[in-house]
Amino acid sequence: MQGEPVLEVRHLNSYYQENASIFGRKGPRRQILHDVSFSIGRGEIVGLVGESGCGKTTLSRTILGIVKDYDGEIIHHSQRPQMVFQDPFSSLNPARTIGWILEEPLRASGIRDKAARKAAVADMLRRIGLDESYAGRRPSELSGGQRQRISIASAVITHPKLILADEPVSALDVTIQAQILRLLVELQRDYDLSYLFISHDLNVVYQLCSRVMVMKEGVIVEENTVEALFDHPQHPYTRQLLAASL
Amino acid sequence: MKKLIHNPFLLIGGCISGVMTALILVGYVWTPYSATAMEGSKFDSPSLVHLLGTDSYGRDIFSRVLSGAGTSFWIALCVVAIGCAAGILIGSLCGYYGGPADLILTRVCDSITAFPSILLALVIVSVVGGGAVNVVIALGILFIPSFARIVRGEFTRCRDLNYIRSARLMGVSDARIMFCHILPNTLPVLLPAITIGFNNAILSEASMSFLGLGIQPPNASLGSMLSDSQIYLKSAPWYAMSVGGTMVLLILGFSLLSEGLQRQARQN
Repeated sequence: MQGEPVLEVRHLNSYYQENASIFGRKGPRRQILHDVSFSIGRGEIVGLVGESGCGKTTLSRTILGIVKDYDGEIIHHSQRPQMVFQDPFSSLNPARTIGWILEEPLRASGIRDKAARKAAVADMLRRIGLDESYAGRRPSELSGGQRQRISIASAVITHPKLILADEPVSALDVTIQAQILRLLVELQRDYDLSYLFISHDLNVVYQLCSRVMVMKEGVIVEENTVEALFDHPQHPYTRQLLAASL
Repeated sequence: MKKLIHNPFLLIGGCISGVMTALILVGYVWTPYSATAMEGSKFDSPSLVHLLGTDSYGRDIFSRVLSGAGTSFWIALCVVAIGCAAGILIGSLCGYYGGPADLILTRVCDSITAFPSILLALVIVSVVGGGAVNVVIALGILFIPSFARIVRGEFTRCRDLNYIRSARLMGVSDARIMFCHILPNTLPVLLPAITIGFNNAILSEASMSFLGLGIQPPNASLGSMLSDSQIYLKSAPWYAMSVGGTMVLLILGFSLLSEGLQRQARQN
């Protein structure tokens, strides 16, 4: 870890309550995360890998406060983190224009000046490689890659310190993936962002992250810098993942 | 324009309902004769003097149809406005928050829908009395469940989508999420429901006036005129035909419009 932390998680256990039946009886309460501890430094890109269903998404949702049934400590050292979702088709409101969608985070953070909001949106559109005319379009007119650019922009536009990205490139094809990853790196540098980058794709993690955590069945089994982890995996599960990705 | 030609329902429905609405609006400020004055002799057949003839009191049927359709039109508008506004409010709160209140309100709506609505409206009106305002209130309340159910369904569908989740993460207030983020997404199903609801309201008002519980004579309403005219079906067939025809055109126009809107929504 470098610099002061933006997020610290200590001894986090998170639970999932199975659906109550129609008779009001509750299902079993399952533990998803087991004693998870880590921290993310300022400007750091941390990868979280593991197979689907291992608890990666639950971890991000617990950090964001969507999952409320947990114990342990989650300490945010900055304003609330923002989220980039996997599916670029459900992450933008289909009934609104791109301009409105990008303005909304600014409105929510209390920027009343309409001209200032418009200027920030135009700025951001240029920053993510789309021209200003996109402000008047609707999400249905955009490709998957363009939509993902917009959802990244709407997360970044209020200048948060931490972005949680849950498989942000998994739904895109390989050339678009590379463009989005480049955009994420550029934004990280320009705005001094930190990412918690969740992925099942080790190649993507290798390109982007400086540090990696490997999760298995709700437990972080290994954590190391990306080079060390790829060159000398300690845990058998990490070796298995690496072997599978080659 | 191109889209309109590809969607004949929207085009034809828009034309018919547009012409009918225009005629009705004209009827509010000007009719050839007074709708309640006895101007001619009884049962004049249609002529240039009386376009649709005269009725049993010698009143001009064209003027009465205009004013009657006007009455039905604004009653239906008010009914839909009440039903839609309350339905949106109840449906969005239920759909967004869920919980026991949702369960109870949904069941209440279901039980209202389980009764034939015209019967319930008749009960309400016979208790509180006839007249336009009471008809509007009775029908308005009965129209709430159909809108509430549609809005609730859309809200439960949208509430856990990622764009709503991220709005919550940004700290957008619940009220703003409901009415600025989710509500615009319900428009493709809400608009056709409003036009269908409008048709149903016209029919319900006509049924009530037909049964003598709605608009009271001498004021004209399509329902009461239809009930008047049935006795003279043989001697003055133009009476029943012009009233019935107006109702058919009014409802046909708005049904086609609703069908057109639904097709439009499906295309987008």
